[in-house]
Amino acid sequence: MNRVITFLLLSAIVLYGAGAIEGQIVKQELNISAIVMFLIFVSATLGITYWASKRTKSAKDFYTAGGGITGFQNGMAIAGDYMSAASFLGISGLVYLKGYDGLIYSIGFLVGWPIILFMIAEPLRNLGKYTFADVASYRLRQTPIRTLAASGSIATVILYLIAQMVGSGKLIQLLFGLEYEVAVILVGVLMILYVTFGGMLATTWVQIIKAFLLLSGATFMAIAVMNHYDFSFNALFSHATELKGVEIMSPGGLVSDPVSAISLAVALMFGTAGLPHILMRFFTVSDAKEARKSVFFATGFIGYFYILTFIIGFGAIVMVFNNHEYLDMVKQAVNGGSPILGGNNMAAIHLSHAVGGDIFLGFISAVAFATILAVVSGLTLAGASAISHDLYSSVFKEGNADSKSEMRVSKIATVALGIVAIIMGIMFEKQNIAFVVGLAFAIAASANFPILFLSMYWSKLTTRGAVVGGSIGLATAVVLVILGPIVWVQILGYEEAIFPYKYPALFSVTAAFISIWFFSITDSTCRADEEREAFEAQYIRSQTGIGAEGASQH
Amino acid sequence: MHENLVQQIKHDPNYKELVSKRSSFSLKLSLSILVVYFSFILTIAFKPELLAITISDSSVITIGVPVGIMVIVFAFILTGLYTRRANSEFDELTRKIKDKINE
Repeated sequence: MNRVITFLLLSAIVLYGAGAIEGQIVKQELNISAIVMFLIFVSATLGITYWASKRTKSAKDFYTAGGGITGFQNGMAIAGDYMSAASFLGISGLVYLKGYDGLIYSIGFLVGWPIILFMIAEPLRNLGKYTFADVASYRLRQTPIRTLAASGSIATVILYLIAQMVGSGKLIQLLFGLEYEVAVILVGVLMILYVTFGGMLATTWVQIIKAFLLLSGATFMAIAVMNHYDFSFNALFSHATELKGVEIMSPGGLVSDPVSAISLAVALMFGTAGLPHILMRFFTVSDAKEARKSVFFATGFIGYFYILTFIIGFGAIVMVFNNHEYLDMVKQAVNGGSPILGGNNMAAIHLSHAVGGDIFLGFISAVAFATILAVVSGLTLAGASAISHDLYSSVFKEGNADSKSEMRVSKIATVALGIVAIIMGIMFEKQNIAFVVGLAFAIAASANFPILFLSMYWSKLTTRGAVVGGSIGLATAVVLVILGPIVWVQILGYEEAIFPYKYPALFSVTAAFISIWFFSITDSTCRADEEREAFEAQYIRSQTGIGAEGASQH
Repeated sequence: MHENLVQQIKHDPNYKELVSKRSSFSLKLSLSILVVYFSFILTIAFKPELLAITISDSSVITIGVPVGIMVIVFAFILTGLYTRRANSEFDELTRKIKDKINE
């Protein structure tokens, strides 16, 4: 009976989605191929969701797809999770706008991966079950550690969600002529369906398919751009500098002072290792060996993708910039310059039209939309698991919740997060999406990463140290972001920022590590001594995997 | 994990070898990527003009472009090195430790 209702619900959404889009086609004179490809993707992924829903019975299935994903699949899914709309549209938009600075940004997004492999992936897989809080609270007190870790996760997830929702709203607005709000709601609803019914299994396959489509599409675009210049980088870059000046080939204003530069580096490097939706992916593989392979493949795919976005950004400079076809006449009349339709984040989308016409524009738009859906699903699942597994099951029920009620709570949490994402997506319409992701990274680097890292490697860590230090890290990151130039000046409208830097990570990560250290070594309770003694057994398990969670049998 | 098992594994020479080899290998690799990346970022912060030098007089391509691409490739190579060694040598040691417990 439930399945019938599920199926009806899914069909209703497909039909409603189609109807809503159909109404706008004539008005916007948009090509059918984009809509067809988008509908094929949505139907295929809803089909996968239906298939996955039949295989998702226990909480373990819901959170980890049963733990039987292979290293290659997981590497692809991680890449699918990580190559977000902010990466694709935001970074190619940044390259389009500032040239070389976009590359600096994308390198920062990549270099966290080796660190995850060398330091985090194996112990995480060996110690945890569903969330990174499992690891952080392994030998510490459940309630305070889980509460803090869940807060860090939820904050990261919501910020990241905002970035994705804003990207999706603009994209669908441009492509289908739907209202921004309607687009955001559509994404929110589809995401809720994938996660609630298909859990991690559906989410994983949505991410794998999307990663494949995105890598193929981006490869085609890069090759098309290079082909135009007979595969001469010099010819491409020369033409770009003629249009935008030689300064686009060198480091520019993105990291204007040393403190910002280092702070951004810290945020991206350690932030990657503290993203809950990424960390969660390591529980979907059977053992440490597959976890390592996942990172190896993921790093390869992501690195390759960032090299492509650099070419795509420059391709957009030579083919989209100053091309009247993509010019926003209304904006130009008001502000001058040569603004493109939909803003700089749409550079890659316009380029797809320039190199491949309407059909390829349709393909890339559908892929970008798929990207958003895949990433928001992973995020929502991570946020929901923090709420259900950490807060509800471990804290509220003190570990006594049964699998069924835990799953029910995670589904409710999924719906709630979806609604929050929709509301926030609408509120943050005008922000640059690449920077919003930067803020999520700051929190991940300042709260999640220090607790996780020290719980794995530092024997003297105590609950008090982790809770006080982690809270200080979280609070410092949030407060400095609010007092910084983006929120204080751009959003709240004050004249001058109280905290002068856009990226607070250097300060907040340092604050977190120092205070965790201080409040741990000064902790002289009996409980603290027990926690220190328990380190040895934990360390052996983290190193060898003896006693670790295995894959479930299907 | 029982206390006697902890003691047994702790004194297993294979375990000691695993931990010391892996720790030093991960540390070296982590430091490599940290040094490379922070050198890159600090160059941008303090001496951006170094990366703005063109690779030849006839080219507009700056040194920064190949350097940036190299950082990406370097990160990937490091993950490959670690995965290869861990999946053979370290997993072999882990297997020996587990075999000994099951005896």
